[in-house]
Amino acid sequence: MNDDERRPLTKNIRPGRELRTIDEYERTGGYQGLRKAIREMSPRQVVDEVTDAKLRGRGGAGFPTGIKWRSVPSGPEWPRTRYFIGDADEMEPGAFKDRMLLEGDPHQFIEGLIISSYATEVQVAYIFIRREYTRAAELLSRALQEAYDRNYAGRNILGSEYSLDVHLHISCGRYICGEATAMTSSLEGKRAIPLSRPPRESECGLWGMPTVVDNVETLCNVPHIVRNGAAWYRGLSLCADGGTKIYGVSGRVKRPGVWELPMGTPLREIIDEHAGGMAEGYRLRAVIPGGASTEFVPPEQLDVAMDFDSMAGVGSRLGTGTAIVLDDRTCPVGAVHNLIKFFARESCGWCTPCREGLAWLSQILADIEMGRGRDEDLDILASHTRLLWLGRTYCALAPGAMEPLKSALQMFGEDFKRHIRDGRCPWRS
Amino acid sequence: MATIYVDGKRYDVREGQDLLTTCLSLGFNIPYFCWHPALHSVGSCRLCAVKSFRDENDTRGHIIMSCMTPISEGLRISTNDPEVLEFRASVIEWLMINHPHDCPICDEGGECHLQDMTVMTGHTYRRYRYKKNTYINQDLGPLLNHEMNRCIQCYRCVRFYRDYAGGRDLNVYGVNQCLFYGRFESGTLESEFSGNLVEICPTGVFTDKSLKRHYTRKWDLQTAPSVCVHCGLGCNTIPGERYGSLRRIYNRYNGEVNGYFLCDRGRYGYEFVNDRSRPAGIVLKGPDGSHTHLPTVEAYDYLARLISESSGVIGVGSPRASLESNFVLRSLVGPENFSPGLGRKDLEIAAAIVDLLAHGPAHSASLHDVESSDAVVVLGEDVSNTAPRMALSIRQSLLRGTEKITALRGIPRWNDRHFRALAREARSPIFVATFMETRLDDVATMTFRGTPWDVARLGFAVAHEIDPTLPPVEGDPPEVTKLVSKVAEALLQAERPLVVSGSSSGSLDVVRSAARIAQALRGNGHECSIALVMPECNSFTAPILRGMALEEVVEAVVAGRAETVIVAENDLFRRMPSAAADELFQKARHVIVADHLSTECVQRANMVLPAATFAEAQGTLVSCEGRAQRFYRVMNPLAPIRETWRHFVEVMARMGRPDVFQWNEPDALLTRIAEEIPALSGVRNCAPPAHMRIEGQKVPRQAHRYSGRTAMSADREVHEPKPPDDPGSPLAYSMEGYPKIPPPSVIPRFWAPGWNSVQSLNKFQSEVGGSLVGGDPGTRLFEAPPVAGSRPEYEIPKPVELGDDEWIVVPVHHVFGSEELSVLSPGIRELTPEPYVGISPLSADSLGARAGSLVHLQMEQGALVLPVRLLASLPAKVVALPVGLPGLGWYELPTHCIVAPHARKESDQ
Repeated sequence: MNDDERRPLTKNIRPGRELRTIDEYERTGGYQGLRKAIREMSPRQVVDEVTDAKLRGRGGAGFPTGIKWRSVPSGPEWPRTRYFIGDADEMEPGAFKDRMLLEGDPHQFIEGLIISSYATEVQVAYIFIRREYTRAAELLSRALQEAYDRNYAGRNILGSEYSLDVHLHISCGRYICGEATAMTSSLEGKRAIPLSRPPRESECGLWGMPTVVDNVETLCNVPHIVRNGAAWYRGLSLCADGGTKIYGVSGRVKRPGVWELPMGTPLREIIDEHAGGMAEGYRLRAVIPGGASTEFVPPEQLDVAMDFDSMAGVGSRLGTGTAIVLDDRTCPVGAVHNLIKFFARESCGWCTPCREGLAWLSQILADIEMGRGRDEDLDILASHTRLLWLGRTYCALAPGAMEPLKSALQMFGEDFKRHIRDGRCPWRS
Repeated sequence: MATIYVDGKRYDVREGQDLLTTCLSLGFNIPYFCWHPALHSVGSCRLCAVKSFRDENDTRGHIIMSCMTPISEGLRISTNDPEVLEFRASVIEWLMINHPHDCPICDEGGECHLQDMTVMTGHTYRRYRYKKNTYINQDLGPLLNHEMNRCIQCYRCVRFYRDYAGGRDLNVYGVNQCLFYGRFESGTLESEFSGNLVEICPTGVFTDKSLKRHYTRKWDLQTAPSVCVHCGLGCNTIPGERYGSLRRIYNRYNGEVNGYFLCDRGRYGYEFVNDRSRPAGIVLKGPDGSHTHLPTVEAYDYLARLISESSGVIGVGSPRASLESNFVLRSLVGPENFSPGLGRKDLEIAAAIVDLLAHGPAHSASLHDVESSDAVVVLGEDVSNTAPRMALSIRQSLLRGTEKITALRGIPRWNDRHFRALAREARSPIFVATFMETRLDDVATMTFRGTPWDVARLGFAVAHEIDPTLPPVEGDPPEVTKLVSKVAEALLQAERPLVVSGSSSGSLDVVRSAARIAQALRGNGHECSIALVMPECNSFTAPILRGMALEEVVEAVVAGRAETVIVAENDLFRRMPSAAADELFQKARHVIVADHLSTECVQRANMVLPAATFAEAQGTLVSCEGRAQRFYRVMNPLAPIRETWRHFVEVMARMGRPDVFQWNEPDALLTRIAEEIPALSGVRNCAPPAHMRIEGQKVPRQAHRYSGRTAMSADREVHEPKPPDDPGSPLAYSMEGYPKIPPPSVIPRFWAPGWNSVQSLNKFQSEVGGSLVGGDPGTRLFEAPPVAGSRPEYEIPKPVELGDDEWIVVPVHHVFGSEELSVLSPGIRELTPEPYVGISPLSADSLGARAGSLVHLQMEQGALVLPVRLLASLPAKVVALPVGLPGLGWYELPTHCIVAPHARKESDQ
């Protein structure tokens, strides 16, 4: 396998390079996957191939994509109308992988969306893009037009019986829209509030119709799986899950960025080799491996493989695979406060624990950081990591926020106490 | 059925419900906020947490929200696990973060669900040390206060207002901890169901503005079961009194009638009771205009003599007076000299309606039946304005169609957000055929606009389409034919179709066409219900009591066949042309009026008897469903005010009928009514007899926490007065009495230990959301015969033909303004429009009139000059005249007229 074959998603993306036209995309094999799917494969075969490839959702939860597609119900009692949503609402703090894929190679995403819609027999697809991704939205809009012009979308795609309309929807901008059911609510023009499951959105999603929601990175894998087969795709990986993963590192490292690497690449390799290790004068204290809603991983566990199951094994999550490195010159209390403040702000306001609890925690953390903390604050913080856990809140937003807080209280407990004891933040002069 | 285990005990429960509803029905005290039996589950507040265990070996368990958990076989839960209790207390702690500690001065205090839940969960000490969020309140109009700081963000207000009641102008704004529930800007809430927010809101965000003007705590209100007097539906109410004035109306649950909700006319219309200008003494007016206050004994003697000596006495009853008052007046003057107090046409329509409900063609629908219907056609009745609570039920009926697909897809009804998402895909059909737009149009499958004759023709055409052996309607345009087949198809496909009509169109043809549809469906072997709306609380008994129409009363007086007229709670100027009423007053030697309003009739009467209002009276009303219901005295009337019927019993007794004294016992009077009028025999059974005692006790009108009893009259008298006796009812003017749940028709208030708010209602129901323990109040007087009745010949009206300058005037009703009693409430009066004439913009153009400009309306009955209101939905050549507004006389509508721009005098310009 040459270098390009080892990184199918980013092979055409070069730093600083402008958008590739549809011609360029086609010259490197673009839309061949779609041709193959529509001309040679039944929707069911596409679903089987993706299932067989062991592709797992790249949005953070890691749900097997093929199984999700299979769960769309058919039968006389279910409506024929179905929707597909390409989730480009990348808003997880620390994550900027989808942005690179959208800006660097928009057609790859569009092709993935169309093949996936074909596989799930959907007639209307939406791209739900984060409000701040204006450049990506511009590029997508142009690319969509090109795709329509070449009959990759619209009526009777490539002369087949299959038709698909693709709409680009620019979000009003809430983090919670990244939650699939909040996203469908938002698309319907309602408040962006998640919906309880069951029923899942694959049964009752957008406007009550069966709906599939997949992340940008997930969908970008689909054309390559269809073109090169499931076995090839599984071969890209170092672990049981198929394919490559776009990993990212931010924080005080020498070369922050994103890289497409085999699924299961160890965290230490990503930080030390690809991100170039810590910047001069900084030591690594901990890593949030997969976006703001994952637990801190301590330095002694950096050898863990960055895949869904291995990360769960060390008590954290792969999440989006975009790590934030906490160094020794940054106050961990301040860092956690920054995260909790974000989650409190982005709480949709639907359920009590998240709406009220996060806001309270944010105020307490601010107090501790500013030297106004009290001993009992630590009890309140600790109890909330239990009280705002899964099942107690309506959706996973607050539990996600508790992941970094819970691990920070364990890992940096002494730092919290010192703030309270000294009445000041040791990192502030 | 499924077997579940709650706190280690086994229960066999119904499947299909959520766990919270089931547990509440089983009697467990599980706290909740966002759940409401009529609004179902959304899982937002997280207070109803319980712990679920996989099996008997699972000791750890996990926390679930009971409202979002379906009942399933083998479900094992703990309602009092320590982790659950800790979590629930935390939810209260979170909600209290921003909640003001203003309970002592809060309007909701003492009946606050948040207070109850706080006590129930045990959260006590405040740990939050930061500033609370505060909000700016809005002016929401004359009915509701807005105090946003008290909000706990349970979303119940917007879910009721928008999802349930179809309102548009209340919403939740903002995000995260900054949520604002209100309008986009200050202004009167548009929905006529906004007052329900008072009971829906679990805290004091939305409170009763009328109550605030004479505020009293719930526990200090003297209350009794009552029935709303502001339309014909007979919604059950709980009026509350303190210091001799009525303070508020609360909903009294009746699973078959009003359920959890009232309309704003019913909730806020009560203030006529406190009107200072109402007759308070017995007044005899001399020919010189002098007023003499007579002591009661003297007055009754005088009346007895007067009636005995008069050559011809006529008694005029009223559809807004109780059955008892009408009946005793009828007995006083003799059935042949009685008029039920309606004009000829109103009486004819009422008689037709009662005949249809009593003898078929179809089951008379309760509001619960209306809600359960899966296809509704409304003919000629603007239900939102004439019987608003029924419009709310019709609105719910569309979800029956949703249930059909959600059942297939495994979405239970209680999962409200998912359920409602599918209401877009499938809903039951609702067809609305009226003269102009209605507030049900937003849920209507199709609408039709036409004159009353057009609406009737549509009804007859639908009947023919259902049953081709019925006569066809000739000459309809193709779009109407298309609508007709749509309506017929929908009704034929439905399992529980419903036809709604009523008397407010003023057209017998409309009522008959509705009956014809029901006949066609029943004749074809289909089920069908019918709901025929009448405007007043006792309209139903008018044709049963029989008697003269008002026109005949005037004729008799003018012809000298009667010189004395006794009027019971009836303002004749609202029921006949004022010229005719004038003539009656001029020609009659004596007009005696018993009323509790200062009506024009009272002003003109020779003698006035001060009548008790519903709040000071006991009596029976028959709703337009045909349901007889008892209402009780909330407070004792101040002498000489008494029930109209008690005045007349006294007079009768002095006229050589001492036997009628026993009628002062209402049960004896009802027995007499049943004997004399077999059709009304059911009225005896609609409530327990006066001698009913539970464990030897009466039902107390006062809560056990009623305060200040010994001091209430201390400013006048240091001795504590003896509480009034009430031998006529099983209720007592006392705090003492049976403390638990009484029979359903004598429930004076909803309260249960730990549940001070209206949510205590759960404890009074045999199953949460179902009927009251012991059955829902009231007795239906009629049931449709099991086979379809005869099909009388009805004449299908011809399309109306108009001359070039001729128009049709149709009646238009206003929920606030068209009803006589409620318009005396200051809040309702503020929402009442000024008299106007409605014209479509095109027609206005043809007259050269604009909004607000004056037009001249020439009817056979008289002429009117009124400002124009543009009503886009009115058909051409049709103008709308509001009914019953203060300052507007009575006209028999629909009628022909000539409309012309009003020629202003030079000086006006």
